[in-house]
Amino acid sequence: MGKLYNAIEAAPLEEIQSLQLKSLQKTARDVYEKVSFYRQRFDELGVKPEDIQSLDDLRKLPFTYKQDLRDTYPYGLFAVPKEQLARIHASSGTTGKPIVAGYTQKDLDNWGECCARAIVAAGGGVGDFVHIAYGYGLFTGGLGLHEGATALGATCIPVSSGNTNRQLQIMQDFHSDILCCTPSYAAYLGECLQENKIAPEDIPLRAGIFGAEPWTENMRREIERLLGIKAYDIYGLTEVMGPGVSYECEEQAGMHVNEDQFIVEIIDPETGEPLPEGELGELVFTSISKEAFPIIRYRTRDLCRISRRKCSCGRTFIRMEKPQGRTDDMLIIRGVNVFPSQVESVLMQFENIAPVYQIIVDRAGALDTVEVLIELNEGFAFDVVRMIEDLEKKIAEALRSNLQIAAKVRLVSPKTLKRSEGKAIRVIDNRKLY
Amino acid sequence: MLIKQLSVFVENQPGRLAEITDILGKGNIDIRALCIADTTDFGILRLIVNHPNQAERELREAGFTVSQTEVLGIGIEDTPGGLSVALNALLEANVTVEYMYAFVSQTAKTAYVILRVADNEGARALLESKGIRILNGEDID
Repeated sequence: MGKLYNAIEAAPLEEIQSLQLKSLQKTARDVYEKVSFYRQRFDELGVKPEDIQSLDDLRKLPFTYKQDLRDTYPYGLFAVPKEQLARIHASSGTTGKPIVAGYTQKDLDNWGECCARAIVAAGGGVGDFVHIAYGYGLFTGGLGLHEGATALGATCIPVSSGNTNRQLQIMQDFHSDILCCTPSYAAYLGECLQENKIAPEDIPLRAGIFGAEPWTENMRREIERLLGIKAYDIYGLTEVMGPGVSYECEEQAGMHVNEDQFIVEIIDPETGEPLPEGELGELVFTSISKEAFPIIRYRTRDLCRISRRKCSCGRTFIRMEKPQGRTDDMLIIRGVNVFPSQVESVLMQFENIAPVYQIIVDRAGALDTVEVLIELNEGFAFDVVRMIEDLEKKIAEALRSNLQIAAKVRLVSPKTLKRSEGKAIRVIDNRKLY
Repeated sequence: MLIKQLSVFVENQPGRLAEITDILGKGNIDIRALCIADTTDFGILRLIVNHPNQAERELREAGFTVSQTEVLGIGIEDTPGGLSVALNALLEANVTVEYMYAFVSQTAKTAYVILRVADNEGARALLESKGIRILNGEDID
């Protein structure tokens, strides 16, 4: 049995569930009293916080959807006055509305606790240099792992993302022990290592904690081989907290959910009915310790199974497998969430193009590539090559600044994009993510 | 006074050019001059034909993206240095040439040069004042 950061990770199930029930009851009371959105939802269902007498009663509570966060943007779901807010984070995307999260100092401490557990589960500890190559800023990735390394007492190297040559130099010169970034970036760093003729044994890196996008077992093996490390998965989302909602242990066979902070359910995405352990369904999380931005039964749209089978690491926290797909059309490109409808709303700003487009996502080597094909308007009066190229450049720049994706834009003749039953096929994803 | 030119958007796929010339052939349309501006992903085929409106209609019906542009045509004596007189005149007057292409008349010993400039009227007046012959639609026929 490996090291644990906190004894509660191996607490008996009854103890965890008793804590969950008390915390859930408090959370239900808090949202009912302090968040008008939830009071309204509870009242519509005719449910009161007192109705939560057992964990099974969780199913009486309403679901929360991404659209609800958009509708209450920016701070409509917060349960504390602004004087208590220590931090704001937001997901990427400036068309439509980003997802906004708030944190009290206690929330930040809990977040640090969760991520510290993840780092320890990956074999990290005091004295380790934690190389954080997730983006620092409004994105939860960088600062989340930073909170974790700080709480643990390890040493943060806040590199943030990008500038690969510098990443490699830092990894060697600053003796990074644990690498935190997206799995595709880790694979990319691995390839760069090879190109620079640096052997994996020659860098001190021992382990990596990778998340923010789906990745397969094949990819894990590739990363482990290229970097000479053990690669661990971590899961989270801004709506629920950020990274650290669940994390992998030395068994590398599923992620332990921080059940003292979150209650996880798997539901049938069509009916909303909770499913038994082991069945594939939609992942739903309820926070039970968050103060600033508590969330009830959030529909993640990730498809997954959970299991309480015994783990050799000794942790009793339930495990979720790697997500197996999504119930919506959201894409994750280099760790950034993108909806085809967001691409569409960027395109609609431009004249001379039809609202017919196709997003082709691929992976050349380790990194995701995006090509957006757009049909020209039949009436487009073009004559000079530069006109078309300028339009392509403008569209690419709009996609970059609004959605944080680097897409290659190609204008094509009208009526040439594949249609299926009259409807254009919006997304072709050639990556094998699941 | 100006010449109607068709521009056709052509994706870099085999058969597209042949398809265009097929359509024009079937419509009994004669191509007087053409040029292609190409990039990695696409090309713009510019055509001077004897029946531009009909050609545009038929190409559109076949699903091509077509637009019409008015361009300047000038007649140059088919001797060395003929073109440079015209181009120097434009340069002195700061007229930017977007593109140009040339073809030789079968009947007269004249080279015809098609020019796309920013200001057609201004350029035309300027060239005429230098004694350069401006073509019109009938000259092309």
